[in-house]
Amino acid sequence: MASSEEDGTNGGASEAGDEKEPSGRRRRLGLAATAWLTFYNIAMTAGWLVLAIAMVRFYMEKGTHRGLYKSIQKTLKFFQTVALIEIVHCIIGIVPTSVLVTGVQVSSRIFMVWLITHSIKPIQNEESVVLFLVSWTVTEITRYSFYTFSLLDHLPYFVKWARYNFFIILYPVGVAGELLTIYAALPYVKKSGMFSIRLPNKYNVSFDYYYFLLITMASYIPLFPQLYFHMLRQRRKVLHGEVIVEKDD
Amino acid sequence: MKHYEVEILDAKTREKLCFLDKVEPQATIAEIKNLFTKTQGKSLKDEDVLQKLPVGTTATLYFRDLGAQISWVTVFLTEYAGPLFIYLLFYFRVPFIYGHKYDFTSSRHTVVHLACICHSFHYVKRLLETLFVHRFSHGTMPLRNIFKNCTYYWGFAAWMAYYINHPLYTPPTYGAQQIKLALAIFVICQLGNFSIHMALRDLRPAGSKTRKIPYPTKNPFTWLFLLVSCPNYTYEVGSWIGFAIMTQCLPVALFSLVGFTQMTIWAKGKHRSYLKEFRDYPPLRMPIIPFLL
Repeated sequence: MASSEEDGTNGGASEAGDEKEPSGRRRRLGLAATAWLTFYNIAMTAGWLVLAIAMVRFYMEKGTHRGLYKSIQKTLKFFQTVALIEIVHCIIGIVPTSVLVTGVQVSSRIFMVWLITHSIKPIQNEESVVLFLVSWTVTEITRYSFYTFSLLDHLPYFVKWARYNFFIILYPVGVAGELLTIYAALPYVKKSGMFSIRLPNKYNVSFDYYYFLLITMASYIPLFPQLYFHMLRQRRKVLHGEVIVEKDD
Repeated sequence: MKHYEVEILDAKTREKLCFLDKVEPQATIAEIKNLFTKTQGKSLKDEDVLQKLPVGTTATLYFRDLGAQISWVTVFLTEYAGPLFIYLLFYFRVPFIYGHKYDFTSSRHTVVHLACICHSFHYVKRLLETLFVHRFSHGTMPLRNIFKNCTYYWGFAAWMAYYINHPLYTPPTYGAQQIKLALAIFVICQLGNFSIHMALRDLRPAGSKTRKIPYPTKNPFTWLFLLVSCPNYTYEVGSWIGFAIMTQCLPVALFSLVGFTQMTIWAKGKHRSYLKEFRDYPPLRMPIIPFLL
């Protein structure tokens, strides 16, 4: 799922511990790690903000979405690709999320950016591209600013609220954008035979990118609900979870 | 400092979930939450003696439902019988796999027949070992494992077999030389793997669950114990590398890589538990690759 709403916090308070004061389950991060993560999250917030502004300005100036992708593609590729570092954060343990979850999320974004929109030029002007770009942009700005504020120990409620509510709309919108884009790309992939290997060859393997894309689209069916309901459960825990103390009688 | 006794109940059912009997007054709710999850952490073994457990005069035992279980033997037999059978479907070019003109035809490459023999031998060996050699520590594993494991084994077997037995299969670049070398590696590693399984079996008397440090025996294949904790995994990876070189088939190489990754994780875990359990564990040994990993 490319709309990465998983809750590895990129440092700072872990998912359930967000709303408590720092003495809760905060991992003891070294100074260097905290400084780096704070810098990283601020930089990423800024990057996606720049992307958002560029998109708005383009639409205001040109009045159309055609050419939008082309105008922002360098910035998008840069900030989305840099997110690969987040996998390293998990590996070295400065972020408490599983490597696998982060890996899957970042990979699906890299897949969309590099293996679909970058590689299959005819679909760059599809409306569905704007759909997922908007979803990703709002999601990432919310997510990275959430991490930033958490690390700085000053998390405004509205940021937490946004992080645990926006996804309800953004997630399905983003998924729709991605699926429609892949669907639009199918005819071009089939015709060009791109990224595919046929038999015979000396490594005795074959790969058909067209069928790979079909399988990818199908995999959204089991994966998306799982991630979506996971986020809903996290939301309930963080925004509404409580511990009741009963008086002795 | 007076300690608190904390009782945690389920908010809905009021059932007692946990009883913590030595909680510091300064403990935060977060720390108590932590203690709660931790007390449910380590599971006890059948052989553990009550007196030796770290409890006070009152012992509270938590029952955890492990969910649907299935026996290890059943899982092993199913996951190994699949590849044996599936590979043969492709080898005999059963209809609807390749074009109809190839139905029930035979490959003209010797290496394809050799590969079928090796692959089949490998899985027959595994099935026989499951039935007659291995002594399992645990009786059962979670039921969902059989679906996961069978998907892995059966899926990869079909994927490999499809290419090796394909009418457009390309034999190895360096021909007979490459095939002979690869076959030698395969056979040596299969013998090695079997030797280790026998040595491990002899470590443990029938019906017991005792654990001892494995040592090299008179069988030269077991001398790998001098350098690694899990030579059975080392030999297994070796076998598949041999098979990959023999068939020069990328899916086989990928299968070897995935298997190697998994076995490394298992070997590291085993190595760690050996180190924890035995003070005098040989220091030269690495988990799976001599001197390296």
